[in-house]
Amino acid sequence: MTGGPLWALSAARIKQFLREPGALFWTFGFPLLITVALGIAFRNQGPTKSQIAVLEGPGATTVAATLADDSGIVVTIVDPERAAKRLGAGEVVLIVVPPATPGAPFVYRYDPSRPDALAARRLVDERLQRGAGRRDPLSIRDETVVARGSRYVDWLVPGLLGMQLLNGAMWGAAFNIVNARQRKLLKRLAATPMRRSDYLLSFRVSGLVFVPIQVLVLFAFAHLTFGVTIHGSPVAALALALLGSWSFAGLGLLCASRAQNSETANGLINLITLPMMVLSGVFFSSSRFPAILQPAIRLLPMSAFNEALRHVVNDGASIFSQGFPLAVLVGWALCTSVLAVRIFRWT
Amino acid sequence: MDAAIRIEGLVKRYGDVVAVDGLDLEVARGECFGLLGPNGAGKTTTVEILEGLLAPTGGTVEVLGRRWAREPLELRARIGVALQETKLFDRLTVEETLRLFRTFYAGRAALSVETLLEEMQLGEKRATWVMKLSGGQRQRLAVALGLIGDPEVLFLDEPTTGLDPQSRRALWDTIAALRARGKTVVLTTHYMDEAERLCDRVAIVDHGKRIALGTPAELIDQSGGQHLVELSTDPALPAEAFAGLQGLRAIRVQGDGFVLSIDEPHVALPALIARLGERGVRPTRLVSRTATLDDVFLALTGRTLRED
Repeated sequence: MTGGPLWALSAARIKQFLREPGALFWTFGFPLLITVALGIAFRNQGPTKSQIAVLEGPGATTVAATLADDSGIVVTIVDPERAAKRLGAGEVVLIVVPPATPGAPFVYRYDPSRPDALAARRLVDERLQRGAGRRDPLSIRDETVVARGSRYVDWLVPGLLGMQLLNGAMWGAAFNIVNARQRKLLKRLAATPMRRSDYLLSFRVSGLVFVPIQVLVLFAFAHLTFGVTIHGSPVAALALALLGSWSFAGLGLLCASRAQNSETANGLINLITLPMMVLSGVFFSSSRFPAILQPAIRLLPMSAFNEALRHVVNDGASIFSQGFPLAVLVGWALCTSVLAVRIFRWT
Repeated sequence: MDAAIRIEGLVKRYGDVVAVDGLDLEVARGECFGLLGPNGAGKTTTVEILEGLLAPTGGTVEVLGRRWAREPLELRARIGVALQETKLFDRLTVEETLRLFRTFYAGRAALSVETLLEEMQLGEKRATWVMKLSGGQRQRLAVALGLIGDPEVLFLDEPTTGLDPQSRRALWDTIAALRARGKTVVLTTHYMDEAERLCDRVAIVDHGKRIALGTPAELIDQSGGQHLVELSTDPALPAEAFAGLQGLRAIRVQGDGFVLSIDEPHVALPALIARLGERGVRPTRLVSRTATLDDVFLALTGRTLRED
């Protein structure tokens, strides 16, 4: 069977990839391992209990008994020296010092910069005040719900897909091209009547085959192990993955357009991928960076991809509501591809 | 002459380094032409300009009557190339590699993969990954890829460098067969025996300049004749001791003895031995051999090919 050169080049690329066990592992296996590791490390462990210390002395046992009635509190009675140490080490979040004489104030000792200490203070205070006879004038009924797609692992998986696609474009395509240039394979191809665009396009065509498999494998695995579900349209998620991989491929091609050897390529690839891994919210939210940086961060292709995919996957948003990130992705894809093809070196 | 290749005043500079320094050449159709010279003489640069892979700094280059700047696609389809040590796709098989390259010549009179596998004796290796081929097999594959578009001109850049003697001879046979079929072949080499064996004409290049041009026999004849005698004696003799020797054309010092260029060895050799007898010296080394292009290069430059 002889198809056109573009088809033949793409088929050759896919064959070579399947014959390289290392590449297969890094592309398909590695993201699954990260999913498992982080999914376990950051699993939801139910409501956390507040660790409270009561300073020993008169009335300490009564106070401790009152507090122990609350299922959200774990209470211990300790001497002043140990209490201070344990507070410093974060083993307890708050120390209750009962009054030495009746009528004197209770003392709550805690670090207000710790959010869990503030929560503990409210809890302890409420319990003690009620124990002393306070009556609440309003009647309250709690209804708790778990928001869909709100766990860490739900949030993580779309980011991991972004990382996987970026790595594929960089280490799969860009590194491959530089290697071919270093080995003079590009030069050999340039000496044939092959259309040069066919060679570059073959990386996109093989991507059309690999990206859907990557999406399917990662989400199927995350669903089976952690119950992660795509709340929006799976077709939209796939379309986003293809657009994202196109955008990353443009970056990869740009890295590969001039580098003469794999050492240079290595450096360039790290220069581009590492900042995005940190800034673009793969493992933790980019909202942790100062507000002044946010507009710049949102313009990174990886940020745009993660933002749009999380809205579709976790919040069930429509892909058409993601105008800004989509525009960012298309912009990167077009600019990088055009520039890369212009400055590309075959010899 | 119907020229396959015409080069006039070719210059290629890399910054301050002049790789090719005003080269003129013409290669006829159907000719096997050798570019000979030591490493760094500018052979590969010249060939890569001819292949359209490098742009010259100056001068004109015509391949099959066309210029690279005007008709690159047309030219690429009509030439075949084997670069110096091409690395191909490691994890494609021989057959897959040939089929892939064949698609680049679609719609043209490309050779069939089967024909090439047979002609290049790669049939047994058709399902072997390229990375697992021996040096000779890889080079045969490179030549097969050069031939796949049934080119009018085939460029071979140091086709046998790094090959074992058996693989070299096998590749020589292949190239000789191409030449017999009337293909124009341009090959570079720093092996003189290779050029003598394969080439109709050779140009010797050194420091980017052509220093000799002709058939191997002509070049050997111009440099002092086909027959050489290497002679050392005990005790050593001065060069004047051989003055007036019948049939002697030239004499030069080599090591602790001489190399004498002679005509008609059946006349010169008895005379030489008689002269040694008269002088009462004993030859410690006396070898009569045919001159090679190595001797030509030495005569032209005072250097041997391999001393760089």
